[in-house]
Amino acid sequence: MLQDKDRIFTNLYGFDDWGLEGARRRGDWDGTKALLERGRETIVEEIKQSGLRGRGGAGFPTGLKWSFMPMESDGRPHYLVVNADESEPGTCKDREIMRNDPHKLVEGCLVAGFAMGAHAAYIYVRGEFILERNRLQAAVDQAYEAGLLGPNACSSGWAMDVYVHHGAGAYICGEETALLESLEGKKGQPRLKPPFPANMGLYGCPTTVNNVESIAVAPTILRRGASWFTGFGRQGNAGTKIFCISGHVNNPCNVEEEMSIPLRELIEKHAGGVRGGWDNLLAVIPGGSSVPMIPKSICDDVLMDFDALKDVKSGLGTAAVIVMDKSTDLIKAVARLAAFYKHESCGQCTPCREGTGWMWRVMERFVTGDADVAEIDMLLEVTTQIEGHTICALGDAAAWPIQGLIRHFRGVIEERIAGKRGQIAAE
Amino acid sequence: MPKLTIDGTEVEVEPGASLLQACEAAGKEIPRFCYHERLSIAGNCRMCLIEVEGGPPKPVASCAMAAADDMVVHTDSPMVKKAREGVMEFLLANHPLDCPICDQGGECDLQDQAMAFGTDGSRFAENKRAVDDKNMGPLIKTEMTRCIHCTRCVRFTTEVAGIYDLGATGRGEDLEITTYLEKAVMSEMSGNVIDLCPVGALTSKPYAFTARPWELSKTETIDVMDAIGSSIRVDARGSEVMRILPRINDDVNEEWISDKTRFIWDGLRRQRLDTPYIREDGKLRKAGWGEALQRVAEKVKAAAPDRIAAVAGDLACAESMAALKDLWDALGSPHIDCRQDGAQLGGGERGDYLFTSTLSAIDTADALLLIGCNPRAEAAVFNARIVERSRLGGFAAASIGAPIDANFPCAQLGAGPATLRELIAGEHSFAKTLADAEQPMIIVGMGALARPDGAAVLSAAKQLAANVGATGVDVLHNAAARVGGLDLGLLPGEGGRDVAAIMQGAQAGEVDLVYLLGADEIDMNGLGDAFIVYQGSHGDAGAHRADVILPGAAYTEKNALWVNTEGRVQLGVRACFPPGEAREDWTILRALSDFVGHTLGYDDLSGLRARMIELAPHFTEIGTAGQAVAGAASEGAAMADTPFDLAIDDFYLTNPIARASAVMAECSALAQVAAQDKEATGTHG
Repeated sequence: MLQDKDRIFTNLYGFDDWGLEGARRRGDWDGTKALLERGRETIVEEIKQSGLRGRGGAGFPTGLKWSFMPMESDGRPHYLVVNADESEPGTCKDREIMRNDPHKLVEGCLVAGFAMGAHAAYIYVRGEFILERNRLQAAVDQAYEAGLLGPNACSSGWAMDVYVHHGAGAYICGEETALLESLEGKKGQPRLKPPFPANMGLYGCPTTVNNVESIAVAPTILRRGASWFTGFGRQGNAGTKIFCISGHVNNPCNVEEEMSIPLRELIEKHAGGVRGGWDNLLAVIPGGSSVPMIPKSICDDVLMDFDALKDVKSGLGTAAVIVMDKSTDLIKAVARLAAFYKHESCGQCTPCREGTGWMWRVMERFVTGDADVAEIDMLLEVTTQIEGHTICALGDAAAWPIQGLIRHFRGVIEERIAGKRGQIAAE
Repeated sequence: MPKLTIDGTEVEVEPGASLLQACEAAGKEIPRFCYHERLSIAGNCRMCLIEVEGGPPKPVASCAMAAADDMVVHTDSPMVKKAREGVMEFLLANHPLDCPICDQGGECDLQDQAMAFGTDGSRFAENKRAVDDKNMGPLIKTEMTRCIHCTRCVRFTTEVAGIYDLGATGRGEDLEITTYLEKAVMSEMSGNVIDLCPVGALTSKPYAFTARPWELSKTETIDVMDAIGSSIRVDARGSEVMRILPRINDDVNEEWISDKTRFIWDGLRRQRLDTPYIREDGKLRKAGWGEALQRVAEKVKAAAPDRIAAVAGDLACAESMAALKDLWDALGSPHIDCRQDGAQLGGGERGDYLFTSTLSAIDTADALLLIGCNPRAEAAVFNARIVERSRLGGFAAASIGAPIDANFPCAQLGAGPATLRELIAGEHSFAKTLADAEQPMIIVGMGALARPDGAAVLSAAKQLAANVGATGVDVLHNAAARVGGLDLGLLPGEGGRDVAAIMQGAQAGEVDLVYLLGADEIDMNGLGDAFIVYQGSHGDAGAHRADVILPGAAYTEKNALWVNTEGRVQLGVRACFPPGEAREDWTILRALSDFVGHTLGYDDLSGLRARMIELAPHFTEIGTAGQAVAGAASEGAAMADTPFDLAIDDFYLTNPIARASAVMAECSALAQVAAQDKEATGTHG
């Protein structure tokens, strides 16, 4: 279990002052100038060494991503874009950072922006986050006033501007290229890749898009050293991480924990255990709505990190643990997720536009059992026809929850269909 | 040059080529819906998925991926087959099964590719989506339930037509292509979206439910609605033209045509002159050919050669103009002209009245000056080319003359000659822009040339071109017949009258007979008491004033040559026969020559063409814009101070065929309403 001294987000619950004074008390903005004086390469190298993997869901090594930014500008400005469009069902970690510890993010913007040669950072905040964007803006204003941002940020000689941009509430704008489109004032639809943002991003300039948590942890990693960060978690899954535990637990919460903590320990230590005891557990969606669910048998001993969850054909995603006990109608739960993806599909490319609606309709019929058993395999095949065939990952995200359901709970669907048949026969 | 392997075949492609293009080079057909060579890459239909070895284990969209060295590509692997079948199943999931009543039937990409790359059935058991049809005006019929959201139409209107009337609203399966405000697509190029639409969502409204593509005879010919001479294909059934489509011709129209070119065909059926007429007691009565020609011959013979005149119209073919010229020469009359609008062109070097740098030169130009020219109305297809060039950036455009409604960024420098003088003197900032440009282009239109001081304006433009290092001045004509007429010398001879003088003469009783070869654009009230012979295809202004009407053939009804504004000689081919007693135009003049006793020396088309080559040798070179030399700027001629007017007020009603078309009338009325709406600001009243 993570000790208090090793927590990065020491005001995650908002017990302390969120403002600059409180942040300074907690160690933020401490010697930032010295951090910058280490130089761009050293900072990127340190982040690489720390093994930090992107906290937005895909888990791409953050240091490596930063190193894709050209060392010398070819005349085009560089941009840092922070993805604060946190809309994944079950996930609420960035919200708490912006609400209670916004200076971690603002300082991270300066450090990360400097490391990639950017003089401007844009933070794209989810449209529904009103309080968060106000807090964040207030924190940015405080930083400007204190000279921490601006033409000579932290007296380092580096000019840094941070802009808070409000989204309009579309899940797809959390996809990095759709976010860039939206930021440019266009309709939020993902771009074709390549070219990747590091080459052609915001306004056609080299851009790095990072998750709020990835940026917010960077200054602390630099202060305490890469080896401190790698001290947590298994090889390749370093660090601490905010987990969002929701659903059928006694005490739903956000908690910062070591990576690779066993799922059972996470739920029982921090969330007060599963409602009705561990044996009442039916299944868990371990990383936000997009990843396939895992049944209790796997939950018993699985570790919460990227590789362990990948091995059980799920994923860490955003580390939003959705716990479902035996009172849950899993089919209905997944049908609800299917409705979400149908609603949030941008409609640009064919498989996702046509497939999400198709899957949702079939799932709705599964809920009532008004279907044929052969349609289970049909639905599974439809999910594979979407997966990997779309412009962005929303197609994959829509396919996986259904795949997880069918993989582990096919019997439940068959039973539901058989039950409906029996009911009709009885009438 | 990247070298890659496609299905075991090694191919080398141009740098920057996409994988899709590489596959085509290797002879592999890649299905696609959203991809189009002349539009930006959308990559949204996902039909062109192929497998590239070494990447992530998923197929890639070949339209959006650049070909690179040593790639190993498969277009026939199980992964590709499954991907195509999957995408096709999704496309068809919500596509209605109304092919039997769909106008796209027989030429539908979705139909064809479903046959080639799809499976035999659908597993989609849910209700299909239905979408409200949209109002896109009188030309485009919509059936939006059929839409597969490829966005070709949206990309075309923004990137080529230069308007922002089309777009997509909604998200996911509720995504709809719409005009936002349920208004007509206000572009002279809108009809091209019908060709671009790979399904039956956007079809031709005037053509709706009239024919199937396989029952039409297809003739590749040339358009005469403007002086561009777009390459077209005329689809006819029996004696009726059913529709007109573009042909690919990169030098001239790429693969677009204007709405006037495309939808003119209903004008080919209305107001047709299908028999000769003779005016008696103030009324026109039907007559036989012999009687009518006899009547004309009597009048011609009765008048002294100095008292007869001829005017060739804007749609006249080169053959008929050559015959008219020969006949007038034989009669000994110098009064002949082909410039109804009074353009001060011709007589000198051929390069002085041509678009010498060719239309495609705009693709590489980096600065453009329009003088008395509104390309959007005068040469809509060329205007689209300017829009395309403008979108690429590094391009500055400006205009001198009456304000134009340009749909590309275009600075309005001034109203007339005063501004031109400033530019020549280098006192205007745009002079520097032109001088700094690698390839500046100066286009002079009829707004600047069809006025008494036109020659001086042209000379001034040449002076400017010389000052800024441009290769020359490009003359943009708006009449299909004009360059051919100038080439053949349909200009007043020694002591001859031009159009204005002919009219003056007729008014003053100095001209007894005027022969109008399809000339309808002059003021018929200004012809006094002269005896008017009208030869042409439509009952328009000329026919109403005529004393004898000789019915001719429209451009789709004769094998004939036209010369476009670049001096490109182009061959028109007969798609169907003229109605009733109407005849090909040159044969009418040949017959008349018999009656007046000056029989022309050719009995068939090849004889006539040989004669034309005598008059103008470049008529041998069909399809090429030959090199033409321009004369130097002349000194002394002074420009008046009056501003340049617009040569065309109403794009849709520029010629007798267009004025006979109900579709063009509707478009014209709509455009006028839209123009008024534009002036309204919302708070204006």
